[in-house]
Amino acid sequence: MGKAELPLHAPGTKTDRGYIGQSVPRPNAQRLLQGRGAFVDDLRFPRLAHVVFFRSPYAHARIRKLSFSRAVKSPGVIGIFSGKDILQHCSPWVAVLGHLKGIKSPPQHAVAIDRACWQGEAVAAVVAETRAQAEDAAALIEAEWEELPAVTDMEASLQGAQVIHQELGDNICFARTHDTGGVDEAFAQADAVVEETYGFGRHTGVCLEGRSLLADYNAAEHSLTVYHSTQAPHMMQDVFSRHLGIPEASVRVISKDVGGSFGIKVHVYPDEMATAALSVMLRRPVKFVADRLESFLTDIHAREHRVRVRIAVKQSGEILAFDLDDLTGIGPYSVYPRTSGIEGNQVVNLTGGPYKHQKYRGRLNVVFTNKNLTCQYRAVGHPIAVALTEGIVDKAAAALKMDPAEFRRKNLIPDDAYPYAFPSGIKFERLSHHKCLDLLLEKMNYGKMREEQSRLRKKNIHRGIGLAAMIEVTNPSPAFYGVGGARISAQDGATLRLEPTGMVTVLCSVTEQGQGTEAIFAQIAASAVGVSLEKVRVITGDTGVTPYGGGTWASRGAGIGGEAVLQAGRSLRANILEVASRILNADREALDIESGQVIGKLTREKKLALEELGRIAYFRPDTLPMNFQSELTVTRHYTPREYGFTFTNGIQASYVEVDTDTGFVKLLKHWCVEDSGTVINPMLVDEQLRGGVVQGIGAALFEECLYSPDGQMLNGNMADYLVPMACEMPDIVCAHIETPTKQSQLGAKGVGEAGTAGAPGAVMNAINDALSPFQASVTAMPFTPERILKALGKCP
Amino acid sequence: MEHALDITLTVNGTVVLQRVEPREHLIDFLRERLGLTGSHVGCEHGVCGACTVRVDGKIVRGCLMLAVQANGCRVETVEGLSDSKELARLQKAFHDRNALQCGFCTPGMLLAAQDLVSRRKQCSREEIREHISGNYCRCTGYQAIVDAIEEAMHG
Amino acid sequence: MKAPDFAYARPASLDEALELIARPGAKVLAGGQSLIPSLNMRLSSPELLVDIGALRELQGISFRNGFLTIGAFTTHAELEQSKEVQKHVPLLAQAVPHVAHPAIRNRGTIGGSLALADPAAEYPAVVVALQAVLKLKSRSSERSVEAARFFKGLFEADLRPGELLTAVEFPAAKPSDKSVFLELTRRHGDYAIVGLAAHNDRFVFLGVADRPTPVEAGSSLETAKSNLSRNLKPSADLYHSAAAKLHLAGVLLERAWNTLSTSR
Repeated sequence: MGKAELPLHAPGTKTDRGYIGQSVPRPNAQRLLQGRGAFVDDLRFPRLAHVVFFRSPYAHARIRKLSFSRAVKSPGVIGIFSGKDILQHCSPWVAVLGHLKGIKSPPQHAVAIDRACWQGEAVAAVVAETRAQAEDAAALIEAEWEELPAVTDMEASLQGAQVIHQELGDNICFARTHDTGGVDEAFAQADAVVEETYGFGRHTGVCLEGRSLLADYNAAEHSLTVYHSTQAPHMMQDVFSRHLGIPEASVRVISKDVGGSFGIKVHVYPDEMATAALSVMLRRPVKFVADRLESFLTDIHAREHRVRVRIAVKQSGEILAFDLDDLTGIGPYSVYPRTSGIEGNQVVNLTGGPYKHQKYRGRLNVVFTNKNLTCQYRAVGHPIAVALTEGIVDKAAAALKMDPAEFRRKNLIPDDAYPYAFPSGIKFERLSHHKCLDLLLEKMNYGKMREEQSRLRKKNIHRGIGLAAMIEVTNPSPAFYGVGGARISAQDGATLRLEPTGMVTVLCSVTEQGQGTEAIFAQIAASAVGVSLEKVRVITGDTGVTPYGGGTWASRGAGIGGEAVLQAGRSLRANILEVASRILNADREALDIESGQVIGKLTREKKLALEELGRIAYFRPDTLPMNFQSELTVTRHYTPREYGFTFTNGIQASYVEVDTDTGFVKLLKHWCVEDSGTVINPMLVDEQLRGGVVQGIGAALFEECLYSPDGQMLNGNMADYLVPMACEMPDIVCAHIETPTKQSQLGAKGVGEAGTAGAPGAVMNAINDALSPFQASVTAMPFTPERILKALGKCP
Repeated sequence: MEHALDITLTVNGTVVLQRVEPREHLIDFLRERLGLTGSHVGCEHGVCGACTVRVDGKIVRGCLMLAVQANGCRVETVEGLSDSKELARLQKAFHDRNALQCGFCTPGMLLAAQDLVSRRKQCSREEIREHISGNYCRCTGYQAIVDAIEEAMHG
Repeated sequence: MKAPDFAYARPASLDEALELIARPGAKVLAGGQSLIPSLNMRLSSPELLVDIGALRELQGISFRNGFLTIGAFTTHAELEQSKEVQKHVPLLAQAVPHVAHPAIRNRGTIGGSLALADPAAEYPAVVVALQAVLKLKSRSSERSVEAARFFKGLFEADLRPGELLTAVEFPAAKPSDKSVFLELTRRHGDYAIVGLAAHNDRFVFLGVADRPTPVEAGSSLETAKSNLSRNLKPSADLYHSAAAKLHLAGVLLERAWNTLSTSR
């Protein structure tokens, strides 16, 4: 671990260095290390009831009959409820947004009525004194089903022989074509046209803490407090308010410790809405914790795509155009409120991202299927866009007999070409592709690796080097969701308060799930105000306490929340100095704050401790001038405005060894060079990158939600669904370039998703590089030993 | 409780008497009956390691042991091992090296790591990875965890 | 995922245990590392669990007259740490580290693993390769079954109702013996995709069929390979086709052959 070299003032930004750039251990990690955290399932409430959902065993079926008469007599049962019962207290929702033209989805209920549309959809809710008793009762529910045809194949869904929602006419949730024009001409002019079809396996987040929610309705006040393992408490406050009919300010959502989220926990889940409704109906606290089997069936899945891509290149290596056709299969409903059209939309927006071609055509079809619902999961469409871009780029480089690094060098947008308008319509403020490529090749010792690879090939040891350049969406403005009508906030606020003893309390609307949000806010606040780090306390995740804001998603915590903290901190510093100037009878401009002391700016002489200032301001304001009021609590908000999305860039490399007898891939090493602007805590950023890379490795080698043709999930448990574990993971080298954004004083961009965005593409390219002497390649993730053996012709 | 049984065991040094159903697994017993919520439930089929606790000095999966099987045993959880300071060295290394993010896997990971650190003076990184290969972490890339265990072991 | 209700007994003597096991709806609880997950997932609902953990008769490892007898209630961890096992049954010692992870090995037992008869598990193939003998007892009888005859199908062992596996008897290794245990897994500790327990000329595969599958080694690698193609009819699993499994079995065969040849 080490400190980032942050210039005192990054060009165009103003940042007090202080703790910024230091690898400080997280203050709030201590309780987690002792098992003294507070996850939802840890909380205890009087009269707490537990809900278990009776779920459809079929992918598509009409509910002919549901009888609770036996179940209701089971010991400990408080009540059993159908979809119609819940509907009385929780209105349905439709997940469409105005800026995704033509997107459609039918209304979805908290508990299904009449028809179940995926295996695992809840069709009844059993509430009992304990979870075990609720499960016992659920086993006694009698149900009669009429099985309906299940649509599970994406291509078949698109053809539409079976339409899942008759009223919609077809199975297309969302379709889009983006065409710059001139694409066919560009292909006609090309010296080489390279084409490939890439497959991406559906997979899921597997947060170690299952989805958890504890709803506590107070009938006397018609108020609801929800303890929720969620990333976006304010969004959920709005959703509970509108769908349960409780005034907004009477709903309070509290997120204490959250055991991993990765986007899985930023969506509205029907069973969670039902749980809240049940608390209202029963007038007592009700808890729902998704167990692991339920999680596999009902936590959102993501990333099932088949993409055909073509690239047009000149002999010189110049890329002329990309042409893309993306088909993705979601569940039977678009997910609320962000919609399930965004992932595919991002694939269209981001393909070809690092490169300077001008012609581009992208076609997208998002189709319904009777598998589990899908929606945003860490890095959203990036892993797909990056893998297919970097895959086809490698293929083009090979066709031109050019080294893959050299090919990229020729095509990466130059570092001085900014601001830059990209053919899909996105705008880049300033990126550093070439600097990152330089740093990567240096860290890898690229030339030496190629030599080693060549030497080992002669001994029948097959190693591969794969590169993946990338761009990544961070710090989004309302352009992402707000413009479409979603009540999702793209702005955030921070309140900083000087306590009487000179401590500083920070309340911020961005949330923490372990990435280090609270730590970096403490670092920024301490630096901005002028106190030492141990004097700062941070509170997040409580709609009753913090300013209003968006929470955590799209890598926005540092850039948006951090900026609000910085601005509030600087304002608080100014206000403290106002008070100090009155106490000391000195000119404000001659004073400053350092390590909790008011000091003379020039002499650095200590003049007044903050605890003394606090004592006077709070307990002895009678000693201050008559017309003066101390304001030692300051709130500031921040919204990124200039750019719809603040893009970052990076480049990754994977080094693998393929056992061509068994098809097994050994990951030897991985590199990640990332430019996310101002780095506040390098140690936290590095492990975020590593965690993201490992998730991407999971997608490339291990993870897939397998479904039978009739929509049954075949591997929905931890033994059969393979998540990455420590033994198979490589050491991952991280390095940084810092190009701050000028949209804020802090200059921080986002970084939470970058690792996941680039890793699958890098690993794929490395495997194909290893297989190249055999004229073999793999294109469908995950790259199981079987798929590699097939590519090598070792088995049919 | 039809088949309830009385059990007596020592948990974090304290003798505990409870009446339990045979079907209650140890991790639920610790969390629900004793309020020791530091050890977590991640999968209830023994794969993720979040429920790892120590019984008679050996690490076990709390979800794969019935509370009734712990009758007469000495059980230790992360809370007890924190207060006794047995985990202090590892905890400091984990903290310094950012070997945790959300913290949900951490108690299980610490128990697994301590099992290694208490028995071995020297270990390669590969051996460390192998020892924790049964503890799932989704947040970190495992590397910081390996670094932290290495540091706690070798100094 | 909470288990359904059941009664529980922890007999203090083998006789008491055998009495209880004879009851309808009774199931033996050994280490619980396979049984308890299936209970948590509500895949089985026994009426009575008979915990055999207190039975001294089922514990212990003893070497006598050229045989190593291992009590059925010996944990994987105890096997791992046993110098007797390393010395007298090296193939078993090689297999143990592949069994799951340390926390599982502290509780799971060899008896439990063999009685479960999971063809993807390590010990069934090992006992078949070593021609071990399994000792069974019920309240009215005692018998010994050769390993090769014990595994009858998927999760189906030659265990009659009321019978308990009490011990496994291995012929001790001779100086001329050569063995190797190989396993292919996507992740360390997973169930094998394909595995091979090879002892002298007995090559026994795991993970390819509904039971451990021996293949005649023959006198040359070519013979062994053609025996493999003829005798092995693997079934596909979630991730691997039958053809891929056959291919992987062939790769392990060759690796084992080469290892055993070079150690001659």
